[in-house]
Amino acid sequence: MTNSAKAENALEVTDLSVAYRVAGRNRAVLRNLSLTIGQGEAYGLVGESGCGKSTVALTVVRYLPRNGSITGGTISLDGQNVMKLDAEALRRARAESVSMVYQDPGKALNPSIRVGRQLTEIFELGGISGQAATDRAIAMLNRVRISDPMSVMQRYPHQLSGGMQQRVAIAMALANDPSMLILDEPTTGLDATVEAEVLNLIAQLRQELSASILFISHNLAVVSNMCDRVGVLYAGMLVEEGPTEVVFNDPRHPYTVALLRCLPRGGQRKDQGRLDTIPGFLPGIGADIKGCAFADRCALADDRCRSELPPLYDLGGRLSRCFHHDKAQALPRATPSDVAPVPRAAAAPVLRVTGLNKTYASHGHALRAVKDVSLDLRPGETLGLVGESGSGKTTFARLLLGLVPPDAGGTIELEGKALAPRLENRSDDQIKAMQIVFQNPDSALNRSHSIRHLIGRALKRLAGLSGKALEARLNDLVRSVRLTDRHLAVKPRQLSGGLKQRVAIARAFAGDPRIVVCDEPTSALDVSVQAAILNLLADLQSKEDVSYIFISHDLAVVRYLSDKIAVLYLGRIMELGPSEEVFSGPHHPYTEALLSAVPKLDQTETARIRLDGEIPSATNPPSGCVFHTRCPRKIGPICEQQEPPLSEAQPGHSIRCHIPYAELARLQRAAVTEPA
Amino acid sequence: MSTIQTTSSTPDDTRPRGPLAEVFFSLLRSRTFLVGFSIVLFWVACALFGEHFAPYDPLADDIINALAPPSSEHWFGTDQIGRDVFSRVIVGSRDILTVAPLATLLATVAGTALGLVTGYFRGLVDDVVSRILEAFMAIPVVIVALLAIVALGTSKTTVIVVIGLSFAPIIARTVRSAVLAERELDYVAAAQLRHESALHTMFVEILPNVIPPILVETTVRLGYAIFAVATLSFMGFGIQPPSPDWGLSISNNYGMIGGGFWWTVLFDALAIASLVIGVNLAADGVHGALND
Repeated sequence: MTNSAKAENALEVTDLSVAYRVAGRNRAVLRNLSLTIGQGEAYGLVGESGCGKSTVALTVVRYLPRNGSITGGTISLDGQNVMKLDAEALRRARAESVSMVYQDPGKALNPSIRVGRQLTEIFELGGISGQAATDRAIAMLNRVRISDPMSVMQRYPHQLSGGMQQRVAIAMALANDPSMLILDEPTTGLDATVEAEVLNLIAQLRQELSASILFISHNLAVVSNMCDRVGVLYAGMLVEEGPTEVVFNDPRHPYTVALLRCLPRGGQRKDQGRLDTIPGFLPGIGADIKGCAFADRCALADDRCRSELPPLYDLGGRLSRCFHHDKAQALPRATPSDVAPVPRAAAAPVLRVTGLNKTYASHGHALRAVKDVSLDLRPGETLGLVGESGSGKTTFARLLLGLVPPDAGGTIELEGKALAPRLENRSDDQIKAMQIVFQNPDSALNRSHSIRHLIGRALKRLAGLSGKALEARLNDLVRSVRLTDRHLAVKPRQLSGGLKQRVAIARAFAGDPRIVVCDEPTSALDVSVQAAILNLLADLQSKEDVSYIFISHDLAVVRYLSDKIAVLYLGRIMELGPSEEVFSGPHHPYTEALLSAVPKLDQTETARIRLDGEIPSATNPPSGCVFHTRCPRKIGPICEQQEPPLSEAQPGHSIRCHIPYAELARLQRAAVTEPA
Repeated sequence: MSTIQTTSSTPDDTRPRGPLAEVFFSLLRSRTFLVGFSIVLFWVACALFGEHFAPYDPLADDIINALAPPSSEHWFGTDQIGRDVFSRVIVGSRDILTVAPLATLLATVAGTALGLVTGYFRGLVDDVVSRILEAFMAIPVVIVALLAIVALGTSKTTVIVVIGLSFAPIIARTVRSAVLAERELDYVAAAQLRHESALHTMFVEILPNVIPPILVETTVRLGYAIFAVATLSFMGFGIQPPSPDWGLSISNNYGMIGGGFWWTVLFDALAIASLVIGVNLAADGVHGALND
């Protein structure tokens, strides 16, 4: 460490303004941002995408892209003015006192150099070499709880799982004992169970290290669990700041209030009301903002808000940039919550799947991506599919749609008629009855075509319309997903993520489908946009009586929309039952672990069950119960020898476990696990 | 590090330029492209209007002044039958600038079709067609040309067909790899879920998205095509006398270099080189603009 005497604050940002030069104009991204992070403090920065979170991180180490420039303000790290450092001093500061961990560890590590070499390199830069450097590298890996550092050091990054890679990235960041650690969405690409592990690690490291942390995330729950203080960023401005618990439980800015209301919380379900949304859009980068940046989207805004920039009011240890901070929580809802409950008659299943299997050949081994899946779905019902990545959720969806043919033997019946395994052999009526909304609209919408063409083509092919009838139906459809005519002429890239997903939904609904598969439709979206899309899906369902197969890693989202849940692990259904019963338990130990891995916004201490190790390879699944290698409730050799059947514990609720239902109930009651 | 792009949240604020307009504007900013394009434009102008500003008739012989060195009267000298080299160089771009682009066009059309088919169907179709194309690529152009000329007789059409077909597999390979990547995108699955025909999916869904690499490959191939046309003419398989074509002129005169009559060859050679360099610079510019 170069600084012997530590400054009072690890990071002080004063009046910082940053602009990006786009198409010959400087566009403001950060506007007069001030924040301080004390020594050893963890500070969370939250906000929707495009509000400038990552720019803060890049600016702190003066690592802006080449069209970015600092147009005002100062940054000081450990009392050292970063703005005044020359190239060499800046390099030293970056090497010694600040470290960054990015979202995608796969990109942060060099794919063609062994992990060990990448780690020792850092120490060699600091003048330590040979065996000493290796010893230090091993110590670092031990510190991030990697149990066999020697073997990890011998491997290439791609041979490690995402969670392991992120641990290695954290080890590298900590190698020089930095005084400031910047974590930019460190767990965003990871599964909930792995995310829980990494967050746990960071929390433990905080106890051991003196480093201050700047934690950037769009996930409010993650920030609330990790940080002492939190700042809410909107359009490059700090709109609210304060101790985490206070801000999230008693927000004083309408934006924070609205953001928190967008999340499905406390087990909220679609028939209990719609989620609140935030109307309008984030001001574009470099937009000319008069008055409060949030005024256009705020129901509390008055003339003063639109003409005069509110100051940051100091409310005793917390700040809020709102004239109406005292009544922020009285913000009226943007979307009425009321929903007419639909009485549902017990109808014949629209979809019935029996004994579906899919085996891929992988390097001479059989990879069973989906094994013996049977379930059925009624009209107007939503089936939620949950499980970690690699559990076979997406493969199952593709089997249903006929995009990949299943193994011989299983059957898929749509409204009582068997479906051909291959898409080409299904009738036009059958294909239009089952459509999909893909996860990534950028991939799902052809970027060369206009929105009008994209939806029009679907209407032509699926609904068989043309001419005036097509035009009329197009307008109806566009309105029902709440797009407007002016969106029709543009190409997908000119729309925001939420609007693109609406186009994808409109396309799926073009042929009046019976079933729509939604494959993580909101995972790339901000919470306010996610809420609007979830509401839209719920509205369309109650109007059209369509069934959904809803895949998501976000359990709160699945719970909001689903009537039924199937929990998948290594291609097998571990638990299948009505949504409420699966969530409230007693449930399969795997479901229990998944639920307890979810970071919760309401900071009630819950018994945490951790899953150790990685999800096993599907080419070589464990014997007996496939979950026994990670199961916290394993009872003995029977788990390793015999695969338990999926047996009905309650009417309609099946669990694949050797532990009897009553015993599971007793164990889980003892653990006092709160549902998500 | 890349630059941060702004994406507007609503379609009407600061409406972004279309992709084609964006490429056009970044081409205008690229010095490489502008230099290359100017050179090409110069030769195109010569091909179109050369005879109007050439000082002499490029075909008129003048035996008395044969093999005159460069002078104020004949800037580039005269050849063995007294034709003005300067005029011949200016007008000589005409044949090469019709044959090479047409050959490239043929290669692009055939290559794109083959690339779409192999990349889209994959599997057996891809294996069979790709192996045949690879075998085809292994045969030198000159040998193909020889065979074709024996079979079809010497003409510009033969040269176009020979060069076009020998370049098609190379373009097919580029298109195929671009199509393989596009095929994995969900919009292709969405098209299948509408029971679109393979033709529709290939040409309406995928083709517009693989235009950029095709454009780059085409400009690069044009440079090679010019070189190939000149080579074939030089060998006597291509453009036939009395055309003042550069390759042909070099072929007719290179025996003279030993006698010190360098001007009969040098200027034609420089002309070929400048055109190839011009096309390559322009290709570089296009590549840069599309991959910015």
